[in-house]
Amino acid sequence: MFDMFPPDRTQYPATKPDGTLDIDLSSGKYLKLWQGPNHPGITGNMSVELTVCGDEVVEGKTHVGYLHRGFEKLMERRSFIQVFPIVCRVCVPEPDFNEYCYAACVEELAGIEVPEMAQWIRAMILEMGRINSYMMYLGGQAGALGQGVIGQWTTYVRDLMLDRFEELTGARIYHMFILPGGVRDTLPDGFAGRMEETLREIEKTLKDVYDVMFCNAVFKKRTVGMGVIDPAWLDEYGITGPNARAAGVAKDVRKDAPYLVYDRLDFEPVTGSDSDIYTRADVRRRDVWVSVDLIRQMLAKIPASGKVMAPLPNVLHWQIPRGETYVRGECSRGEYGYYLVTDGSGYPRRINVRGPSYTHAMALLERMIVGCNISDVAALMVSLHTYPPEIER
Amino acid sequence: MSIKDVLSPFTAWKHLFHDPVSIKNPIGREAAPRYRGFHQNDIEKCIGCGTCETICQNGAIDMVPVSDARQGDSGLRPRIDYGRCCWCALCVDVCMTKSLNMSNIYTWVDGDGDAFRFIPGVDKKPWDDAALGYRRPDDHQLTGPTRLREHMPEMEPEDRIDSFAEIVAGYDIEHAKLEADRCVSCGLCVATCPTHMAIPQYIKAIRDGDYDLGVQLLYETNPFSSICGRVCTRKCESTCAARHEGDPIAIRWLKRHIMDQVSDDQIKRVLGKPAAPTGKKIAIVGAGPAGLTAAFDLAKKGHQVVVYEALDKPGGMTRFGIPEYRLPYDVIDRDVDIIRSVGVDIRCNVRIGKDITLEQLKADYDAVLIALGLQDGRGTRIPGSDQPMVRKAVDLLHRVTAGEDIGTPRQAVVIGGGNVAMDIARTLARLQKQQYGEVKVTLTALEDLPHFLADADEIKESGEEGVVILDSRGPQQVVIENGQVAGLKTWKVKAIFDAQGRFAPSYDESDEQFHPGMMVVEAIGQMADTSLLGAALTEQLAWQRGRLQVDAGGRTSEPWLWSAGDMVRGPDVVSAVADGHRVAASIHAAITQGVQQ
Repeated sequence: MFDMFPPDRTQYPATKPDGTLDIDLSSGKYLKLWQGPNHPGITGNMSVELTVCGDEVVEGKTHVGYLHRGFEKLMERRSFIQVFPIVCRVCVPEPDFNEYCYAACVEELAGIEVPEMAQWIRAMILEMGRINSYMMYLGGQAGALGQGVIGQWTTYVRDLMLDRFEELTGARIYHMFILPGGVRDTLPDGFAGRMEETLREIEKTLKDVYDVMFCNAVFKKRTVGMGVIDPAWLDEYGITGPNARAAGVAKDVRKDAPYLVYDRLDFEPVTGSDSDIYTRADVRRRDVWVSVDLIRQMLAKIPASGKVMAPLPNVLHWQIPRGETYVRGECSRGEYGYYLVTDGSGYPRRINVRGPSYTHAMALLERMIVGCNISDVAALMVSLHTYPPEIER
Repeated sequence: MSIKDVLSPFTAWKHLFHDPVSIKNPIGREAAPRYRGFHQNDIEKCIGCGTCETICQNGAIDMVPVSDARQGDSGLRPRIDYGRCCWCALCVDVCMTKSLNMSNIYTWVDGDGDAFRFIPGVDKKPWDDAALGYRRPDDHQLTGPTRLREHMPEMEPEDRIDSFAEIVAGYDIEHAKLEADRCVSCGLCVATCPTHMAIPQYIKAIRDGDYDLGVQLLYETNPFSSICGRVCTRKCESTCAARHEGDPIAIRWLKRHIMDQVSDDQIKRVLGKPAAPTGKKIAIVGAGPAGLTAAFDLAKKGHQVVVYEALDKPGGMTRFGIPEYRLPYDVIDRDVDIIRSVGVDIRCNVRIGKDITLEQLKADYDAVLIALGLQDGRGTRIPGSDQPMVRKAVDLLHRVTAGEDIGTPRQAVVIGGGNVAMDIARTLARLQKQQYGEVKVTLTALEDLPHFLADADEIKESGEEGVVILDSRGPQQVVIENGQVAGLKTWKVKAIFDAQGRFAPSYDESDEQFHPGMMVVEAIGQMADTSLLGAALTEQLAWQRGRLQVDAGGRTSEPWLWSAGDMVRGPDVVSAVADGHRVAASIHAAITQGVQQ
């Protein structure tokens, strides 16, 4: 009863010997349709070139390049400290992973030990960022199916979390707080109390979201059984994060290769089994609860005092010995990593940003979109939770 | 799917009567206390060092002139372009004076796009006085792990008082690199250094381990780097940006470090060969820093340079005025040898006016430079100061260097609070220790301790070596008993200068002290002995307040005669070096452009 638009396989184009589809546009059967780059049903600045037959997608090609800022190249022209303000801009909605991964790469190659307190604050910031990212996602996922009110609620609590970011880091979006060596400052006075208030508000909103979005016949109708990721694709496509966990594979860097203080925290990665849009949304919803719990654990365990910055050499002429490293963390979309190569000079030789959206939004989407009804394309895209800025860098 | 899934969404209606968020949290709320908003700059505290400009990865900051440059202040202030700024606050984090901060103000509306490029603190803004905003946390520092200078290994006081061995050991490579790492390359030191040495560049050469480049940079501006690396008055360090939060960079020791690391052959290789001979001849009288620097420059340009020195060894006051424990003689020999290696002919034991006349030099050479230094001590002219055991410090120091017996007294009193006073006090202390096994030197100075002219290190080390330092004491009379000097009588100084700022000490006569000593040493200043000029030339030349009057290039009123160094600039090695360069340039210009008759 869920298949409102059963695919009509007879209308599929034939596959040519080289594997491409035999689409004869002059036949009048097919229509080229661009979704994006300016389209409410696209996640950020990218586009999908759809070939539709009726209202069914027979082929989808993803196009990126609308947001290329050349960050990786820009970084090669900046000293190690000057890279720090740039990295957060690689991914707008969840910038802190860039700051953390870059800082951790530099610290590893420069042999800097980050103070205990800074590690706790970093982990807390990453969880705060994760909640914000999921809040944006929940609003987007509901919005892609026409349910605008969820976005209004999640934006409200996201804003409360931005207030916490503001008082902790001094900025709301680009926090620029986790810099090589530690973090800029300690927690402000009374932070834990205000954070607790915010967490309670988030919990309240999550309950509302559950009632209105997840216990919703329309939402279920449009998402259950839709956009299934076959667990066999996971390694083939490099699928990580909630997209993998919804397929029943408990991939979580926080558990698999604990960084910062995650080995001292009590949590289990959230998984699902059906691997459809609904399950992925639900995994993320439940992941917010995990993050809320993690922040509470951290606030209880964070040292009352201590240094937040390791002694750094003079950053104006900081040279880092030759080396290379890859540092990764579990962001809201999956494995986020920075690969840094140094050559002993005052500049990074090469920085590569591994964003999970790169695989999810391009190759995986192209595979999943085939057979999808055009009205579901937006929901499918959003369900992969991709951020084009990190695809392009 | 269940009936719940149909009914549950209607629970959204419970929010129907809630106020919108925008009413609960209206626009205009104050930002967080550490919010990174618009910039503030305390322009009085700011020194215009430009580290903010250096670190800004957006190129949003330009240093622009807003006032005249002063010592330790470039006169530049950061102008920030909010079209480029990303509010990362690295500029605040590296600010050496903590003058640059950020307010927590974040709204600014202006129809003129250019308004958003402004000079914080100079262009008045509503947020200039905002109390909140991002300030650099105290332990958050990006310009090096420490604000303190790398420790310099030195001899302990009890060891060094036994001999004239050099006290300071010099940095090894590791410590020099750490010290060099603290430098922010602002260049305020370059502006302050009389000879404008390329200080940030040679400090970078140390960081990079490129000593060839280091020595090349040193010799571009200072052929006395081994000497200045030990005894320079280092005005540069007094303006160093690092001193605003801790110790200034040990610029002097780093200069010495480069010279310690390179061999003579390496220096000669880096210096290269002088230019092709020009056929011009220049005579220089006096082989001190000024004369030899000019000689070095002129010889490198291919001129034939002969330096006449009355004493038996070159070096001038650096050799005969500075004790060996501060500046070993072989260090002077080394710098002089390098200068000789570019073709300078130094003839010692030739006294102009006696062995050769100035007239002869005028006739034989295209130009003549006199750089005689200040070799005569000034006297206090207090009662009793005509006694033979009332001596001049420079005279005594000269005799010690020459290896003569100065008749070291068991107890001595030194008058003066400058470096020369410290030099003679510490020299006497060493001699007393050698001869009598104990130190009995009293030093009295007009100034109070915070205003001593001597280097702080000198004062500290003198005290450690047993010299008793008495400040604010004005000498009144050398007390004579049985025809012998018995000591010095002093009064407490009330003020050194009068209301007009003229030198006119006033005393508290009720506070009289007697300082016993068999010798009283006057170390209150030096003057030049210009007798070699002869009566006629002295009459002909223009003078200004007892010093030869010279133009900007060091040329006297006689077109064939130049003068340089302490005798025109006052006592200071590095100023003499700077003067040497100036006068060399002037001489070179004059003799190559046919201006010289």
